[in-house]
Amino acid sequence: MRIAIASGKGGTGKTTVSVNLALSLENVQLLDCDVEEPNCNLFLGHPLQKVEDVGIQVPAISKDKCTSCGKCAEACRFNALAVLLTGVILFPKLCHGCGACSIACTKGAISETIQVIGSIERSASHTHGIELYQGVLNIGEPMASPIIRTLKGHIDNSRTVIIDSPPGTSCPVISSITGADYCILVTEPTPFGLHDLMLAVDLVKDLQLPHGVIINRYGTGNDGVEDYCSENSIPVLMKIPYDIRIAQLYSEGTPFVLRMPHWKDRFQDTFRQLQELTGRF
Amino acid sequence: MIKQITVISGKGGTGKTTLTAAFASLAGNAIIADCDVDAANLHLLLHPVMTSKLDFYGMKVASIDQNRCSVCGLCRKGCRFGAITENFVIDAHACEGCGVCALVCTQEAIVMKEHKSGEIYRSMTRFGPFVHARLGIGEETGGKLVSMVRKNATEMAALHNTDLIIIDGPPGIGCSVIASISGADLVFIVTEPSVSAIHDLERVIEVAAHFRIKTVVCINRYDINKEKTAYIEEYCRKKDVNVVGKLPLSEIPTKAMLEGKTVIEYKDDSFAGTVQDIWHRVHSGLISE
Ligand code: SF4
Ligand code: SF4
Ligand code: SF4
Ligand code: SF4
Repeated sequence: MRIAIASGKGGTGKTTVSVNLALSLENVQLLDCDVEEPNCNLFLGHPLQKVEDVGIQVPAISKDKCTSCGKCAEACRFNALAVLLTGVILFPKLCHGCGACSIACTKGAISETIQVIGSIERSASHTHGIELYQGVLNIGEPMASPIIRTLKGHIDNSRTVIIDSPPGTSCPVISSITGADYCILVTEPTPFGLHDLMLAVDLVKDLQLPHGVIINRYGTGNDGVEDYCSENSIPVLMKIPYDIRIAQLYSEGTPFVLRMPHWKDRFQDTFRQLQELTGRF
Repeated sequence: MIKQITVISGKGGTGKTTLTAAFASLAGNAIIADCDVDAANLHLLLHPVMTSKLDFYGMKVASIDQNRCSVCGLCRKGCRFGAITENFVIDAHACEGCGVCALVCTQEAIVMKEHKSGEIYRSMTRFGPFVHARLGIGEETGGKLVSMVRKNATEMAALHNTDLIIIDGPPGIGCSVIASISGADLVFIVTEPSVSAIHDLERVIEVAAHFRIKTVVCINRYDINKEKTAYIEEYCRKKDVNVVGKLPLSEIPTKAMLEGKTVIEYKDDSFAGTVQDIWHRVHSGLISE
């Protein structure tokens, strides 16, 4: 089974749920798709090794062949090229690596080179039986989706796959959660949490993904989230109480199931519930 | 000269919006802009009354006319984003609007269509004018929408004769973050003493440094882990980043949120007082430049 963990709002406990769920199950592959801020391994501390670089194909323009005709810049819909009398300049941060410019150039002046924008890493040893893969977006690089797509190419279907998605509801989130059998939406019982949960629900409905909610920091805030879930027949899979010990363990980077092992049973129960809901194992 | 301050956090949930709203209520005469377009929350505290609305068109999206298509497959081969299905239908979520498919199609079966991907609102609040936006579900153009929100904020600043813009930035370090801080006069980072927040803080400081923008840090819930707080202070010292304040773990932000108020409006003098001190420090630093 592939379980995606998402949340409309950041900081609600997505990574907490991903890591603690992973630690409670057997034979897990954990994919950290929050490539702007990959944090799962801060809680697992696995030694990591690089699997591959992720790059996009950007144009390299031959000064000799280029006639400054401007067709490439005209074809580029991302404004990544500027044509000067002396030749063409590329703004690498704007380039999406789509290849339109090289198709448009009739002078054969454009070849392509790989520009590395990030990398894929995996755990060198699988402590706790978890195989961790994470994508890392290099500083100053704007595009997360190519890294997420490459990362998802490493999915091992013989394992229970847990996908920690980035926060929000935009494109990288879709890249992360499509193909999942179930999506767990993590939220907190506050007006902010409810507002962003509703956006996330719109998204998973749009993608037709079966979904349920985990409420984190339960006991703070109000009943808004629970009321919303019951009105919309969205199952509340688990409530993690607001507990200063959990907050402190989190701050140190310790997954709370390691110190409060009875929570492993709770996560296993949730997993069994998902198996029943999806009919997958 | 208009001064712009962008509040970001790297990791979400550290209290960024709570502080932005508090600053908005303290600033008096500022334009407030919510650039967290993916999960905008500021309006839940500011209760804006919309004065105008603007449709936002991001990248165009390809569309295939099945009557003209000869199913030759060239477009599918050319698309580097996997956005064309086996039956030659465009997956609008995956399409980046690059236009390659339309370039290679010999049957003129593909047109690039305008595509509304969000809305921008100009509003009024009890603290002043407010620009906010909503990015459509699953849209990609976060950075572009953020730039549009900021452009509207600058126009409003001129209109209202204001010289300060306070921006609530998005989480992360990618496209939208870069768009929300570029050209700002100050990046105000809200963090907390946890391994994840620190990891993200380090990355966000690097991003701000990459774009050479002056940066200050505020540590929220500092008392949850005092060792980590000390680590953050030491790290910031090394990076030449000023720690402008520390806030304790408190129920006040949530309680104020439940009432739809900023922490300044909510009656608790000590928490509000600390936030006030932070604002005065930041604001005087900003105008003295
Ligand atoms: S299309 Fe080719 S020849 Fe024309 S400006 Fe671009 S690179 Fe130069
Ligand atoms: S590869 Fe695409 S985005 Fe990059 S410069 Fe060429 S046309 Fe523009
Ligand atoms: S390139 Fe044009 S004709 Fe060929 S499959 Fe695509 S849309 Fe159809
Ligand atoms: S516009 Fe670009 S991304 Fe969209 S379908 Fe065509 S080739 Fe693919």
